[in-house]
Amino acid sequence: MELAIHTEVSDKARVDGASSSAPHKVTAQAVDVYYGDKQALKNINLDIPSNMVTALIGPSGCGKSTFLRCLNRMNDVVDGCRVAGQIKLDGEDIYARGVDVVHLRARVGMVFQKPNPFPKSIYDNIAYGPKIHGLARTRAGMDEIVMTSLERAGLLDEVRDRMDAPGTGLSGGQQQRLCIARAIAVQPEVILMDEPCSALDPIATAKIEELIDELKQNYTIVMVTHSMQQAARVSQKTAFFHLGDLVEHGDTTEIFTNPKDERTQAYVTGRIG
Amino acid sequence: MSDISAHSERIQAGLAKRYRAEKRFRSYGIIAIGIAIAFLAIMLLAIFVRGHGAFQQTHAALTVTFEEAMVQDNDWQGLVKQSLRETFPEVTARSDKRKLYKIMSSGAGFDLQDIYKEDPSVLGQTRTVWLPASDDIDMLMKGAIDRTVPEDERRVSDKEIVWFDQLRADDAIELHFNTRFFTAGDSREPELAGILGAVMGSLLSLTVCLLLSFPLGVMTAVYLEEFAPKNKWTDLIEVNINNLAAVPSIVFGLLGLAMFLNFMLLPRSAPLVGGMVLALMTLPTIIIAGRAALRAVPPSIREAAFGMGASPVQTVLHHVLPLAMPGMLTGTIIGMAQALGESAPLLMIGMVAFIVDVPSTFTDPATALPVQIYLWADSPERAFTERTAAAIIVLLGFLVTMNLLAVILRKKFERRW
Ligand SMILES: Nc1ncnc2c1ncn2[C@@H]1O[C@H](COP(=O)(O)OP(=O)(O)O)[C@@H](O)[C@H]1O
Ligand SMILES: [Mg+2]
Repeated sequence: MELAIHTEVSDKARVDGASSSAPHKVTAQAVDVYYGDKQALKNINLDIPSNMVTALIGPSGCGKSTFLRCLNRMNDVVDGCRVAGQIKLDGEDIYARGVDVVHLRARVGMVFQKPNPFPKSIYDNIAYGPKIHGLARTRAGMDEIVMTSLERAGLLDEVRDRMDAPGTGLSGGQQQRLCIARAIAVQPEVILMDEPCSALDPIATAKIEELIDELKQNYTIVMVTHSMQQAARVSQKTAFFHLGDLVEHGDTTEIFTNPKDERTQAYVTGRIG
Repeated sequence: MSDISAHSERIQAGLAKRYRAEKRFRSYGIIAIGIAIAFLAIMLLAIFVRGHGAFQQTHAALTVTFEEAMVQDNDWQGLVKQSLRETFPEVTARSDKRKLYKIMSSGAGFDLQDIYKEDPSVLGQTRTVWLPASDDIDMLMKGAIDRTVPEDERRVSDKEIVWFDQLRADDAIELHFNTRFFTAGDSREPELAGILGAVMGSLLSLTVCLLLSFPLGVMTAVYLEEFAPKNKWTDLIEVNINNLAAVPSIVFGLLGLAMFLNFMLLPRSAPLVGGMVLALMTLPTIIIAGRAALRAVPPSIREAAFGMGASPVQTVLHHVLPLAMPGMLTGTIIGMAQALGESAPLLMIGMVAFIVDVPSTFTDPATALPVQIYLWADSPERAFTERTAAAIIVLLGFLVTMNLLAVILRKKFERRW
């Protein structure tokens, strides 16, 4: 069929029956987001299942990043940004009064579009989160966290002998994996990634995709991507945003091979974007 | 085809013109730099030529007998006079004697006192000691007095010149390094005047200034840049801070006079008040430099820290401030250098008095380096001209040191990325 020319849906994208009935980690109900007077997201209802990769796709400026940043309340620091509706993490409203954003962000980590390691050593980059959250009692405990995080991010072998070198001295792909390692050092439940590969070359991208695929064993991942091939390669669920609306969401296979809305169809076949 | 070659020919023709324009522009730049460097060199050379003499002082060797009666009376200058009389026994007339005494500094006696204090066993003994000559003899020694000028038009009389030449022939007159210039406070006598009082006054004032303006400036910059909401009020504050930076410094002096002296009743001429006034002046500089440094920290660093769950204060203290610190320190040192060279506000709060004692606390009366330069420049004695230039050399030395410090600090902090 015509769609297959544009997008190969990999085996990874196929969800088996058991995991599709898994509980929802994050649920968004009737979420509206405003920047000043301008409405950036309109009535978003989306369930994000545990231990899967959910891809957010859509043309640029449609509100993907905005939605992602609602999930760990990164929009709180943006002047004039207002969020209405409910977003629940494990059934608890994260915008409720009395919710501590520090705790929330320890549970919901984030990786940004442009790799942004701290201008500190590789070790200190990873150790920073555990340190401010008080996760390691001893130096040995901290070493342990740093090593396992780097190991899981697939970076340990490349940096083992230069832990004191600046994180900013690594290559782009290594920096992004360092950022992923930094995020998983605090053992979050959800990892948000905003176009994590858009600043990387294809080889580095492949490594990150592979890593994301492994990470979903332990974490719930929500990833914004502008590449439909990438969404098809690594995600199990896909949500398509268009001009602030959530047009369609569901299994990645469904979205790419059998979209219901014609805007989705137009986008995944490359007619709008 | 011919169309294309005509096109490229036209570009070729234009290129030559463009190269010439570029060459011309570059030579303008080089000329400008050359002129600036020439002015700087002339200025430094002029100051050095005039000032280097002050680092040496004419001393005369006198044979002094530490007579018990005079030592007991503390008549040290009397010892000097006696020694002069013995050296020149032919001088008998009263008026001539008075002239003879004038070839030695009126402070020469203090040196004898110091010698006695250090070693009381000199009592009753005769020693040859090098004592400072008067400023006129000093000028004569350094060739600043023209012997061909008629006697009544020059500072040194013919007789004094004869005595001077006689001493010189005996090898009893020499230029020595002028330690007093670095260890003494101000004096009416140029040969006794030193820079230490002014240096200490400046250092004490700058200490107060730094202690007040650095924490206040950094806190203000951090609050305005990182925490304050952006609204009418913060805009108003920003505009006012920028205006404050442009206020003439003498106005801050008037403010200090009205606030610190007349209202808060703090002591007059004190480095404490001087530092407070200078802090008013440097605050805007530090705030503006600090905000610029904070703004230069990439937002992605803040996002990364927030994303890790750092609180706003943690984000600023752990990540933003360390990155902004080199810029802030540079701004602070520039502010301090300005404050060091500032005299107008200090005049208003009385730091312009003639102060002999070297200040040692924040409330001792003091002057500052630029004020001292101004005071000496205003003195009629020829020898003070030299000292004025020497004081400028000292001031420039401090400024260069401070700027070097700024560079070193910046490099040191930058290495921590
Ligand atoms: N900080 C902000 N202030 C004002 N408007 C914003 C801000 N961030 C995003 N927007 C607007 O919200 C809309 C959605 O933006 P965004 O979520 O970044 O889109 P996407 O990530 O899908 O490209 C855009 O129209 C954008 O202009
Ligand atoms: Mg985006």
